[in-house]
Amino acid sequence: MGKIVLNAVRKSFGEVDVIPGVDLTIEDGEFVVFVGPSGCGKSTLLRLIAGLEDTTSGAIVIDGADATALPPAKRGLAMVFQSYALYPHMTVRKNIMFPLKMAGMEIGEATRRADAAAKVLNLTAYMERRPGQLSGGQRQRVAIGRAIVREPAAFLFDEPLSNLDAALRVNMRQEITELHQSLKTTMIYVTHDQVEAMTMADKIVVLNAGRIEQVGSPLALYNNPGNTFVAGFIGSPKMNLIEGPEAAALGATTIGVRPEHLSVVSEGGWEGVVGLSEHLGSDTFLKVTTDRVGTINVRAGGEVILRPGDRVHLAPQPGKIHRFGADGKAMT
Amino acid sequence: MATQSSRAAARLMVAPSVIVLFIWMIVPLAMTIWFSFRLYRLLSPERTGWVGFRNYSWFFNSPDFWLAISNTLLLVGGVLAITIVLGVLIALLIDLPVWGQGPLRILVISPFFVMPPVAASIWENLFMHPQNGMFASFAQGLGMKPILFMESYPMSSVIFIVSWEWLPFATLILLTALQSLSSEQLEAAEMDGASAISRFRYIVLPHMTRAITVVILIQTIFLLGIFGEIFTTTQGGPGSASTTLPYMIYKQAVIAKDIGRAAAGGIIAVILANIVAYFLMRSMGKNLDA
Ligand SMILES: Nc1ncnc2c1ncn2[C@@H]1O[C@H](COP(=O)(O)OP(=O)(O)OP(=O)(O)O)[C@@H](O)[C@H]1O
Ligand SMILES: [Mg+2]
Repeated sequence: MGKIVLNAVRKSFGEVDVIPGVDLTIEDGEFVVFVGPSGCGKSTLLRLIAGLEDTTSGAIVIDGADATALPPAKRGLAMVFQSYALYPHMTVRKNIMFPLKMAGMEIGEATRRADAAAKVLNLTAYMERRPGQLSGGQRQRVAIGRAIVREPAAFLFDEPLSNLDAALRVNMRQEITELHQSLKTTMIYVTHDQVEAMTMADKIVVLNAGRIEQVGSPLALYNNPGNTFVAGFIGSPKMNLIEGPEAAALGATTIGVRPEHLSVVSEGGWEGVVGLSEHLGSDTFLKVTTDRVGTINVRAGGEVILRPGDRVHLAPQPGKIHRFGADGKAMT
Repeated sequence: MATQSSRAAARLMVAPSVIVLFIWMIVPLAMTIWFSFRLYRLLSPERTGWVGFRNYSWFFNSPDFWLAISNTLLLVGGVLAITIVLGVLIALLIDLPVWGQGPLRILVISPFFVMPPVAASIWENLFMHPQNGMFASFAQGLGMKPILFMESYPMSSVIFIVSWEWLPFATLILLTALQSLSSEQLEAAEMDGASAISRFRYIVLPHMTRAITVVILIQTIFLLGIFGEIFTTTQGGPGSASTTLPYMIYKQAVIAKDIGRAAAGGIIAVILANIVAYFLMRSMGKNLDA
């Protein structure tokens, strides 16, 4: 079981309100991803749930019991840190068994669980090594192993993959997803990687300056961003946000069109000059300076061959224009 | 490019400093060895030349010698134990975020800047003195007889004073080690259910072993030669109760004016230091590997 509810959780460091008040429900077995720009309070929120920081006010309820005042160890949660935080003087086996030893578990059972975790994570061959003798990916797996042996109610990950190279990151991302599918335990995952958020999450929580901007499934956030912040944050390359007469013509203060929802047409639409064109083979990314809507990004198919200086006409695909009001909120 | 010729050139380049260092070390050592086999008393005209091992055997047959050896080891061991245990505790305390942390740390470090004879005089005359000392007035205030520190507990008093002087050094090194421990490791241990005591036992202490080893090795080198504190306080007494090996050598050289015996004592001290160093490195050398 691992249902976590935050009720008006607030956190300030001295004068600074880092989290001005958050309400959030995380269902048992869900994979929740916190995303947001650097410094928006993702780690702080995670550490509040873990119990490593005290809440200034509000309540954290885990499985129906108020955990606001409980010390971290009593909350039944396990955390994987960005720097792995392995114990350097202990072997991999001792690292993985440490939480069990602290819980006073009998050694035979502890060994059995550690071996099982090592098997799942492909660490069996490294059990007698020390963390210093492992690669980054192996260390990450040890950190995950140390978390899973405790059979926690929920896992907390704070940017666990940001120290790994791109290829390994893809691998580990899939491993963590598979782990979630086999364990079916609640996972809360902090990242600022778009792809991780979109591919792993059941539910994405978009944070901005300590406030929740929107909560929803990856596709819901992509298709129906609730405000300009979420619209600009979710999706890569970023959505084009256009203000001025073009927006006013549609009765909005701002309109948004995703780069992939713009078509290169032979005439009509928005006319402009190609400033930059990147050919990735499968896609072509264009930066076009238009007369009517400023500079916009376009993601065209790989077959579109354009050079800087070429003139193009761009047309938004019908029904793919997002409209936002003066308060930044989406209009229906 | 460690070719044959470049290596030869490198040797040639460092040779002068190696030779100077070698002479610097070997000349005094050779002279000490030379004198240790000769009859050489400043107060007597007889200089009969070689005496074989008689200077050495005088030491081994002297009833004070084994006491001096055990006092030396007691001093080293006692001071190490006190400074490391208290050093760890104080380092843990002043690592906490308290108000006035900066000045507090400077205060903790300051005893190290007091010269040894001064420190010893302060403790002997202002604190431990049976008439004027602060401890004596405490004792009298409580209606008890003042303790005669230098007479009844000479070794303990010397160990106490030397510990007071070396505690800042140990604290400083241990504090820097403590500060280099990543807070995430401690937080991870906290999440893993480790109590404060377990965190100290399994995370903090193993992290500090290298620093503790450094403290032990450096302090041992200096503590084996402690002299000033004994000279200013107990003068090795009462009797020979607080005579250490360096102090015994001093007595032979300066009081008895027997250079031959003092030289033999010096050589014994060198051998003792090497034995201690050998056992220290064997038991703890691996802690120093990265
Ligand atoms: N101990 C602290 N004392 C004071 N301010 C803090 C403390 N910890 C964090 N903050 C502030 O709180 C804000 C949120 O920090 P947090 O670490 O949660 O950001 P984040 O979203 O995890 O960012 P990143 O993506 O860079 O990791 C930051 O502005 C930071 O300066
Ligand atoms: Mg962070």
